[in-house]
Amino acid sequence: MTKKNLKLIYNNSLVGPGIFFALLFCIPLVGSTYTLAIFTMIGFYALVCIGLTLLTGYAGQISLGHAAFYGIGAYTSAYMTGTHGLSPWLAIIVGALISALVALLIGIPTFKLKGYYLALATLGFGIIVYTAFKELTPITGGSNGFFGIPSISLFGFDFVTDRSYFYLIWVVVFIALIFARNIIHSRIGRGLRSIEGSEIAADAVGVNLMKYKLQIFVTSAIFTSISGSLLAHYVSFINPDLFTANTSIYLLIMVIIGGLSNIWGAIVGSAMYVLLGELLKHYIPLMLPNVGGEFEIVFFGLLLVLTLIYMPNGLVPQFDKILSKFRKKGNATHMSLTINTQATGGKTND
Amino acid sequence: METFSQMLQLLFSGLTIGAIYALIAVGFVVIYNVTGILNFAQGEFAMFGALISISLVKANLPLWLAIILSIIIVAAIGGIFERTAIHTARKSSMTTLIIITIGVSIAFRGIAILIWGTQAQTLPPFTDNTPIQFLDAVLLPQNLWAIGLSIVILIVMMYFFNYTFTGKSLTACVVNPFAARLMGINPNKMSLFAVVVSAAVGALAGTVIAPISGASYDMGMMLGIKAFVAAVVGGLTNAPAAIAGAFLIGIIEAFTEGLWSSGLKDVVSFSLLLLILFVKPEGLFAKASGKRV
Repeated sequence: MTKKNLKLIYNNSLVGPGIFFALLFCIPLVGSTYTLAIFTMIGFYALVCIGLTLLTGYAGQISLGHAAFYGIGAYTSAYMTGTHGLSPWLAIIVGALISALVALLIGIPTFKLKGYYLALATLGFGIIVYTAFKELTPITGGSNGFFGIPSISLFGFDFVTDRSYFYLIWVVVFIALIFARNIIHSRIGRGLRSIEGSEIAADAVGVNLMKYKLQIFVTSAIFTSISGSLLAHYVSFINPDLFTANTSIYLLIMVIIGGLSNIWGAIVGSAMYVLLGELLKHYIPLMLPNVGGEFEIVFFGLLLVLTLIYMPNGLVPQFDKILSKFRKKGNATHMSLTINTQATGGKTND
Repeated sequence: METFSQMLQLLFSGLTIGAIYALIAVGFVVIYNVTGILNFAQGEFAMFGALISISLVKANLPLWLAIILSIIIVAAIGGIFERTAIHTARKSSMTTLIIITIGVSIAFRGIAILIWGTQAQTLPPFTDNTPIQFLDAVLLPQNLWAIGLSIVILIVMMYFFNYTFTGKSLTACVVNPFAARLMGINPNKMSLFAVVVSAAVGALAGTVIAPISGASYDMGMMLGIKAFVAAVVGGLTNAPAAIAGAFLIGIIEAFTEGLWSSGLKDVVSFSLLLLILFVKPEGLFAKASGKRV
């Protein structure tokens, strides 16, 4: 691997994110309330997906239980601010700490397992937490949900308008993105990449597998929990159905459609998911009047299968390919690189 | 003996649901051992089996013919699924394969919504469903059908794996795919065969449970996940162990539901799953083998 290739993987320039966020932050100046709501939703998912990309794409570990952390964040915020009137900021931090602790407790035994067993363990964990949300009625309000979660305020400024929430969530996403990039470019990131390539080789050269996997699992749980807390304050009403096993699966779908081998995949994937979902909601009833909103499910299932079979690296490498065609140079290296760096997902050869 | 009859009643419903889990869990084990893939769309075969036979019965076909036809149709769906999704992606990483089967299960659920809608439907019971009194407990003939049919199927499958050539070839693929290939067994064909067989068995499980608890587009997910739990708790590499696990999970669930709370039955079975995974990942009833998981 040449130095140029390495540079492509560890592209450390801030120009890309800078331009992206500068453009993004102009949206509230022109967009309608509806546009803002959509982009705010994308922000919530993007925050979760950045954490999941670190876990699945870079460390090669699959989690089918991330909705649990999403819910822990949301319910901690709801309970502390709605029932006890504490500060939302304190609630977000406490939620993140609880999620981190739970991730640690689940992670220590789970990461001794491999492959399918990890997927199953996280799935089981997610379903247990979902049932807890439903059954702990005195705290969570049970299946009826939790009403009246107050909005966030900072130095006397209330985040009540769509515009203010848009900025709040995307500033958090920006910070998370920079944080994630720093992780990827650090010693931990290189360790993670080596785990994703071959666990045995990584172990042999002295990478502490357990420690790295745990750190990244806890990090992704914290991201997810913060997103859940912010969501709770934004929508002011939550119920257990927001945090089912299906939610975990949809989060994974976003990450995969976007592309696992690149942190931008998280943002592309959540944008695709939200935008396609909205498009389907609008146009499917016009084309197929008898079908209704359920068509979404077929569509995302098929989209996921086709993406995985025909574009196993997700959309981001495809964008790269189109970009490099415009540049008319470096096409070959680019392509071979995307193949070389594809996520193999902790493939075992036993 | 009020409590005794209550216990017996719970035991019967546990055995019934355990039998259904066992049929689906065997499907998992067969596919997992031949292809190395844990098929998250397994429960959807049961859903298709149930809904297709309901539609055929509504089209005035006799019940037995409807069930046989639906099993054949689902087996064909299984074959198409294997050739298009699993075979095409067989060289992908495990993460990708997990997600492909999840995607297929979502798409299957969606297709079921398009065809049958979201309303739950029922299949008439296989025979006259007058309750039978048995030691103070009430037993429905359909429950007996569920338990009986699954035992018959499981015995047939045991015979098939141990005494027929195709069955032995499948087992050979499980034990050592490379050696099996050297012996002239085609693992590709075996993979197709394994998926078709487990789709057919799953469809049977669906038709058996449809008269008891109804059928709807989303019945497959929970059935599939529970059968998973059963297979892992028993032992994923060994069909009899998975069956034992299925009956264990069924009985535990029935007792949790009857004596404690229906909301907590999932928590109990998934806690058992986590406990087994952390303490004895090879499964409760699996023989120790050299292969580490």
